[in-house]
Amino acid sequence: MTDTWTLAGRQWKSRIIVGTGKYANNAETTAALDASGAEIVTVALRRVDLKSGAPTVLDAIDRKRYVLLPNTAGCYTADEAIRTLHLARELGMDELVKLEVIGDPKTLFPDNTATVEAATRLVKEGFKVLPYCSDDLITCKRLADAGCLAVMPLAAPIGSGLGIRNPHNIRLIIDNVNVPVIVDAGVGTASDAAIAMELGCTAVLMNTGIAGAQKPVLMAEAMRLAVDGGRKAFLAGRMPRRDYANASSPTAGLIE
Amino acid sequence: MATMTVSVNGETVVVPPGSTVAQLLVQLGLGGKTVAVERNRAIVPRAQHATAELQANDQLEVVTFVGGG
Repeated sequence: MTDTWTLAGRQWKSRIIVGTGKYANNAETTAALDASGAEIVTVALRRVDLKSGAPTVLDAIDRKRYVLLPNTAGCYTADEAIRTLHLARELGMDELVKLEVIGDPKTLFPDNTATVEAATRLVKEGFKVLPYCSDDLITCKRLADAGCLAVMPLAAPIGSGLGIRNPHNIRLIIDNVNVPVIVDAGVGTASDAAIAMELGCTAVLMNTGIAGAQKPVLMAEAMRLAVDGGRKAFLAGRMPRRDYANASSPTAGLIE
Repeated sequence: MATMTVSVNGETVVVPPGSTVAQLLVQLGLGGKTVAVERNRAIVPRAQHATAELQANDQLEVVTFVGGG
């Protein structure tokens, strides 16, 4: 069964987008990206360390295989986020950008107002914007109306691994926004990713859920399988829940 | 020999007067590396690195991609 999704005019097979932060070294990054099956990988933008000749994350990423999705992590205003993405464009990125405008250092919750403002300006400049936002339907609608190609509501705080805190909100967003919904942040283990996909998300974005595992490469594979399993379960349509038992074996013909 | 200073990523760097952005990157060991340069808050496009002459006290940001989510 071919089950692709469309973003920026391109068909994607993989429904997992992975971050490249927090790995022990470049070899682990490369192996985890491979095991995840991702086609899109996120990167951050920072000052070059003038004293270090260490390999950069770009050495770990095969640009022919993966599309780079630069983020604006650490930006607290629309201006900072836009400045960061101008620099990312100069660095020679691909066409997609992950917009995040943070509102609070402790929770890393997004500043949704500033995110909508930044998204509006970036879309006008021709950027293809994927915004990280709260699991709030109205914010997601505003971002879609602003021309974002997808919306990326959080499942839980970034790096928390707390899983889908509000599946009802995620479902309402999926049902009422006319762009792909990608759960971004908070996925802690494979079942969290499966739940996101069973709710009907188009894809899942994660970093710490893989990089923070005891065995990141094995977890990357687990996440790939969970996303695949959750997606197939969504397409299959789950059985209705019932409060009491319903025997699986025939009730007739019992021996006496 | 006369020198001048510029600021790169918040650090003071001594360069020969008349240096270009491209020459500064080579001096910093970043020749040929994937970096983007901002001078006094304005991006210096890659195609202008070889011709953009530094002025004393220029504030430069030299950035690249790092691992992130």
